[in-house]
Amino acid sequence: MRQFNTTPTHNIDAEINWSRRHLLDIDSFSRDEFNYVTNTALAMQEILTRPIKKVPALRGKTIVTLFYEPSTRTRGSFELAAKHLSADVVNLSPPASSITKGENLRDTLRTLEVMGADTIILRHHMAGAPHFAARHAKSCIINAGDGWHAHPTQTLLDIYTIQKYKKSVEGLKIVILGDSRHSRVARSNISGLTRMGAYITLCGPPTLLPFSIGRNDSVQSMLKVELDINKALDGADVVIALRIQKERQKAGLIPGIEEYISGYQLTGHRLKQAKPDAIVMHPGPVNEDIEISMEVVRCSQSVIDEQVANGIAIRMAILYLINRGNG
Amino acid sequence: MTSKVILNNEDIRRTLARMAHEIIENNKNLNNIILVGMRTRGVPIAQRLADNIKSYEGIVIPVGVLDFSLYRDDLASRNFYPVVRQTRIPASIDDSVVILVDDVLYTGRSARAAMDALIDLGRPAAIKLAVLVDRGHRELPLRADYVGKNIPSAHSEEIKVRLLEVDGIDQVLIEKTSPGAEVNTDAAV
Repeated sequence: MRQFNTTPTHNIDAEINWSRRHLLDIDSFSRDEFNYVTNTALAMQEILTRPIKKVPALRGKTIVTLFYEPSTRTRGSFELAAKHLSADVVNLSPPASSITKGENLRDTLRTLEVMGADTIILRHHMAGAPHFAARHAKSCIINAGDGWHAHPTQTLLDIYTIQKYKKSVEGLKIVILGDSRHSRVARSNISGLTRMGAYITLCGPPTLLPFSIGRNDSVQSMLKVELDINKALDGADVVIALRIQKERQKAGLIPGIEEYISGYQLTGHRLKQAKPDAIVMHPGPVNEDIEISMEVVRCSQSVIDEQVANGIAIRMAILYLINRGNG
Repeated sequence: MTSKVILNNEDIRRTLARMAHEIIENNKNLNNIILVGMRTRGVPIAQRLADNIKSYEGIVIPVGVLDFSLYRDDLASRNFYPVVRQTRIPASIDDSVVILVDDVLYTGRSARAAMDALIDLGRPAAIKLAVLVDRGHRELPLRADYVGKNIPSAHSEEIKVRLLEVDGIDQVLIEKTSPGAEVNTDAAV
């Protein structure tokens, strides 16, 4: 049922003038830039199929992962990506309690620079921390998630994953299901996927939908809100389920997990409203049988495991592209 | 800038016919050979050599595509990163004779990078090198096993190979750049 494309569907010879030294958000990415990154990732994915998964491209580069928030797959996949490209990797996770945005972060960045970090991969609970870092550091900065603001590599890997299963992102109906208010993944995906020409439907309890969506008319026209899950899923090409952040339940935004499950859990029955060849995605980690049923996680339409694998290829592409011009 | 045609489409056709015959002559077991084109213009040349061998001997030689950009020795030293494309080798290279195919052999640095890239994919019985044009000026101790045409050239000159599949025309040109003009970095490796 699923088609797996290994060849690019767009003009791969399109010359593009890539000059980015940082990856802070994807709000200024053009369609050509998205395709340039996903094409580079296709080449990187081939390396991952080899018995010896290593190329010398970033030999001698020092890459630091600086994570002020916990992470499994993002950090792991950045570290693997850097190692597959032969960079030296240092992992730092300062205790979140001792850090506030401002001088402390700046001091940490300066220390890393003195230590010779070429690229700093930063995850921070404060929105805008990577932008702050980029203003003050000479190293390349990659945003691995900042507060509720952005998670650019997740969006790049989601676009890459969709391109592999669908001919193009353009014209697809994509449903983002769940807590899109507190989700940096939702915010980046709305920005990136609409720019690639997809129509987005946000679905979830009203208290978990964003206060305002889309900063300009071009995004607004591609975006709608549907509170009824069956209507939202009707004819969908892609369903992206978001994690219910259990810690936010205490704020009283939803009456209880049971109510959420009965109203918004992605079940096999509800998924039948979508197109038969629709794919199911989730940025992870999955709360099993809360936002998505285990049956759907394991079904043939689920590409959740591929997302994790694709994340390594996308992050190799980004590390390679960002480090250019830094020689 | 002056340019002169060194090989036209008929010359290229005859040259690739001769090279295919040389490959047949020098390799007793043609079933053990893989032709691997070095991106970009080595790829159509490898395909044409395979087509020629098939029409002369009836044996289908697998043709692979190698992108060696991640193995270049100038990645760290210049603000120049090539576009990375996919590598596709249709068969295992272990214990087979791999013939690397490129359009121009110049400093030898591309061939060095390609050999490194290839060895990361397996352990071939032997690696050989076939080029349409050898223009001299080697900076590494290597030579080609199959050469279409030797074109002695000056550093200031540029050899341009144009192929039907990529450029819409079969032609090899030599161009004299005026002194002081910028050298095309893409052709320098």
